[in-house]
Amino acid sequence: MGFAWTLVALAVVLALAWRFLGSYLAAVYQGRLTFLGWVERPVYRLLGVEPDAEQSWQRYAGALIVFSGVAVLLTYLLIRVQGSLPLNPQHLGAVPPALSWNTAVSFVTNTNWQNYAGESTMSYLSQMAALTVQQFVSAAVGIAVAVALVRGFARRGSPTIGNFWVDLVRGVLYVLVPIAFLAGIVFVGQGAVQTLAGPAVVHNHLTGFTQTIARGPVGFMEAIKELGTNGGGFFNANGAHPFENPTGVTNLLSVILILCIPVALTYAFGKMVGSVRQGAALLAAMGVIFCAWLAFTTVAESQPNPAVTASHAVAQHHGNMEGKESRFGPQSSSLYNVASTQTSTGSVDASADSFTPMGGFGMLTGMMLGEVSPGGVGSGLYTILLFAIITVFIGGLMIGRTPEYLGKKIQSREVKLAALAVLVMPIVVVAFTAVAVSVHAGRGGPLNSGPHGFTEILYAFTSQANNNGSAFAGLSGNSAFYNVAGGIAMLLGRFAIIVPTLALAGALAAKQVVPAGLGTFRTDKPLFVGLLIGVILIVGGLTFFPAAALGPLVEQFSHGRLF
Amino acid sequence: MAPPTGRSDRPSRQPDQPHGVAQARGLFDREILGQAAIAAVVKLDPRVQVRNPVMFVVLVGSVVTLAETIAHPSTFTISITVWLVLTVLFANFAEAVAEGRGKAQADTLRRMRSETEARLVAADGTETRVAASELARGDVVVCEAGDLIPSDGEIIEGIASVDESAITGESAPVIRESGGDRSAVTGGTRVLSDRIVVRITAERGKTFLDRMIGLVEGADRRKTPNEIALTILLAALTLVFLPVVVALEPFGRFSGATVSVVVLVALLVCLIPTTIGALLSAIGIAGMDRLVQRNVLALSGRAVEAAGDVQTLLLDKTGTITLGNRMAATFTPVAGVDERRLAEAAQLASLADETPEGRSIVVLAKERFDVRERDLGADHVFVPFSATTRMSGLDMDGVQVRKGAAEAIRRWVTDQGGTVPDDLDGIVEGYARAGSTPLVVAEGPEVLGTIELKDVVKEGIRERFDQLRAVGIRTVMITGDNPLTAAAIAQEAGVDDFLAEATPEAKMELIKAEQAGGKLVAMTGDGTNDAPALAQADVGVAMNSGTTAAKEAGNMVDLDSNPTKLIDIVEVGKQLLITRGALTTFSIANDVAKYFAIIPALFVSTYPQLHALDIMRLHSAQSAVLSAVIFNALVIVALIPLALRGVRFRPAGASAILRRNVLLYGVGGVIVPFVFIKLIDLFLTATRWY
Repeated sequence: MGFAWTLVALAVVLALAWRFLGSYLAAVYQGRLTFLGWVERPVYRLLGVEPDAEQSWQRYAGALIVFSGVAVLLTYLLIRVQGSLPLNPQHLGAVPPALSWNTAVSFVTNTNWQNYAGESTMSYLSQMAALTVQQFVSAAVGIAVAVALVRGFARRGSPTIGNFWVDLVRGVLYVLVPIAFLAGIVFVGQGAVQTLAGPAVVHNHLTGFTQTIARGPVGFMEAIKELGTNGGGFFNANGAHPFENPTGVTNLLSVILILCIPVALTYAFGKMVGSVRQGAALLAAMGVIFCAWLAFTTVAESQPNPAVTASHAVAQHHGNMEGKESRFGPQSSSLYNVASTQTSTGSVDASADSFTPMGGFGMLTGMMLGEVSPGGVGSGLYTILLFAIITVFIGGLMIGRTPEYLGKKIQSREVKLAALAVLVMPIVVVAFTAVAVSVHAGRGGPLNSGPHGFTEILYAFTSQANNNGSAFAGLSGNSAFYNVAGGIAMLLGRFAIIVPTLALAGALAAKQVVPAGLGTFRTDKPLFVGLLIGVILIVGGLTFFPAAALGPLVEQFSHGRLF
Repeated sequence: MAPPTGRSDRPSRQPDQPHGVAQARGLFDREILGQAAIAAVVKLDPRVQVRNPVMFVVLVGSVVTLAETIAHPSTFTISITVWLVLTVLFANFAEAVAEGRGKAQADTLRRMRSETEARLVAADGTETRVAASELARGDVVVCEAGDLIPSDGEIIEGIASVDESAITGESAPVIRESGGDRSAVTGGTRVLSDRIVVRITAERGKTFLDRMIGLVEGADRRKTPNEIALTILLAALTLVFLPVVVALEPFGRFSGATVSVVVLVALLVCLIPTTIGALLSAIGIAGMDRLVQRNVLALSGRAVEAAGDVQTLLLDKTGTITLGNRMAATFTPVAGVDERRLAEAAQLASLADETPEGRSIVVLAKERFDVRERDLGADHVFVPFSATTRMSGLDMDGVQVRKGAAEAIRRWVTDQGGTVPDDLDGIVEGYARAGSTPLVVAEGPEVLGTIELKDVVKEGIRERFDQLRAVGIRTVMITGDNPLTAAAIAQEAGVDDFLAEATPEAKMELIKAEQAGGKLVAMTGDGTNDAPALAQADVGVAMNSGTTAAKEAGNMVDLDSNPTKLIDIVEVGKQLLITRGALTTFSIANDVAKYFAIIPALFVSTYPQLHALDIMRLHSAQSAVLSAVIFNALVIVALIPLALRGVRFRPAGASAILRRNVLLYGVGGVIVPFVFIKLIDLFLTATRWY
């Protein structure tokens, strides 16, 4: 299948997902669908939750924090004691404390940064009960926050923003489990491994070598890994491994799964606030950025790698093939990796470290923009809504009115919370990178020196603070420093944004609606879309330009000279 | 006859023509500039600076570079330090200029207050002379021709003509009398004739004059809601650039570059939104000042901002939409009567009628049929209008001519044994439908026809309503007329809606209904019965000629008592926000060029490849940094006039305004610094500074 047809197929499926999955999501979170009530009700009883009791933003956030805290603890404990638990055919021992901390935080924050090789570190039980479970619930938490914020816009004079436990349970039951189950069947059907039988031992009689081939419950984990924009694979090689991502079909399916919920959420948003056009405007902004970055990265990767050219080692007729699976090639690999870094997924089907400087720049900057195009499940929507509030504030002033978005006045409290939530990520990235390049433990991480080494560190913290989890590779992350610092960066990148976002939801829900008129800044028009894109690019550009200049830009301007 | 209206019918002034309190001071009066230059230095006090987080960072930065300069003096470090201090000074200067204009006005007012002496009347009727500042609420004073009224109060006895020019700038005297809606007098105004007894209504130190002084001085200026929100955004931007810049030191060290602290400070100052940070308070002060120039006193900045948000304007018909008085428009005779005969009779009946309506009938008769004022014989008696007969006219040579309300004339004619023509009812009804008032004319028992008295819609008012509609503001006309008349005038004037037969309660209800729908409402009023509605409205503009109760209930006072001014106030409110938004956008957009100047300069010695980012091809690393800093400082000075005058507001839809401003200040803000930084660099090179 040609790359053009791949794109057409992707566009068609996403368009359908936008319309139908979007409307389904709205129905689920508005409580209009109850066909799984017989599963829901016992769960609520078990949790001791009154499903009809709505929560203020403080209680909502409190429940979310408590739930996530318990999740970190359980995940940590489970992988610490996996050696004494069943479903461990390789008899793998306890995961070390620092690595366990990093991993537990990583999966609870929907980051899925992996400082370990799954097949040689995690037992089957750990992969399933600890990691895969978090891939479901962390995704549901992200969607819940987005839905709570949308309710803030949709409601008038309301003291509550929904019930966290209901949003969490409904997200898992109605959305994630059914879709992941269907997609898992396709993965397994295409050849992804799904077994609890332990590694296969193959003896080659011709060479006399005995080879141990890692296997496990891979196929279904793969489905939620992509659907929940998690990105944490069973194997170290992630989506480049043929047992995870065996064919071109699964490669495209992965991209579809990554993008479908974030895209559909914009429709659900429009539906819930009473104007699908509002959702379409956000989608347009996401789409423009996504397409621009895809084009940029694809073109960059279709060029020969300047460093390889300089060495005169190999001919590069098909673009930059270093670190790419020959099943996918530069274009499909670019699509997969761009989709993964413009959401909070972070799975890869090619080595990002081997991308050309500009290809790597594309992936890095995709995250630096705050992952809004279309972003992670839920986090993409709430992050772009934060940007929309900033945009509306500046734009609204310029038309001479107290700015308003969807009829809600944007005043000092909203500006404070939105600015805080938007600026947490750049501050965390810059501060942690600065510390890492200053201390000995941090400088020891990268395999390369000079700008490429700098990029490796910068990429690691950009990825973790954005809850992306994509690894540039080339960085030895499994050290006490990187495990601990990365864990903190991931926590801040998740909860230091979620809490102000929920506070914002509470502030907005309490407000009355100003009726729209001729003097209102229309947020469903191209002008707003353009301005929103401008604000996203300016904020990302201004905060990361110096860092990007010292990393990928220097490399690019060096034309293949290695440091 | 129309009841006399309480307000004057002064022609509305051109809004940009300053008068009154704001005695024509140019935007950049030499004296003000001189004082502002001194104030700029005084304001370097860190306790003042800390209130503005953006400029405070610049000040701290300049201290850091100063320390660095003392440790390692060089032309470069000295130049940077000087320009950073200048940046702060320019910001202070902008604020001082804005304040200076108010201070000059306040000084004039203060002089007026201190010179006044009051004639206090004790309970037993004895008079003592006390200083005006000694007066307390409830004191009774007496003022005679030539006296300055010592404080705000209410006339309890007498009638006088008062010169209010000191406050309003209007030289024509106004009549003030006890009782009714024209009993309020303001301290600092001068009695021109007669004698009045005034009960003081203002607390000591809280007179209108005191409030005015405080207002124009900006003494109790508080940040408005949008200003606070913007300050937060600017502080957040400043906060994020701090780690971004500080991190460049370790980033540089990792890359093998030594980054100079001076350059880092320069970069930080260039990145944080200094342009808007420097001009923000000047914009606010100047906005209030622009209102003062239009003779409107806003008692809170919040109200000025709310004016920009207003979605519904309640406008009184009389005086705002129509001229104060009805004018004769046509003569319609009944069947069988010549129109000229009707006109002559109408003129006769109006000769002694000194009301504007009566004069307009005489004028119309002259225009239509050249009926001149004639010499009346000695044997004539004028019959003045009375509330019981509801007619006026003239008895001459045994002929009685009357004009009056249809019902009154009908009764008068029938009483004399005459008959009322069949077509009269039709004519009268037709007038009412068209929004006019019919006056029926009769000569003895014979009905001649009808004079049409029309409300004259002010010239240009329709266009202003169209403009308001374009910016999304709904206009509602308030009138005591019946619905038929109201509808006709509403249509002619082009308002969106009207409230007929309006009572204060109905007005109040309308405001509450609009507010319940989330809209902000503005209105004008002058009577005591307007007070509750003025207080309820988001923007309540009280006429200075109105009662004390009205003035206390509203949040603005129009010294000219010109209700049309409400429209100007809305524009000033919008202009204030647009100016802030535009300069914020400009400020942030500027950063792009500054990055392209400074980042290559910062690391070019380590990574010569980064020369590729130096798209302006600046002379050297040091000249690049210095050029950016100089641009950053000078742009503040260059934008002071814009900040004080405000971005031009053109009534248009939101999208059109936004598109224009984004293009001008957003896209322009990206391009302009590229050009000017290059030019400054060329200048520095040419003058061999570098």
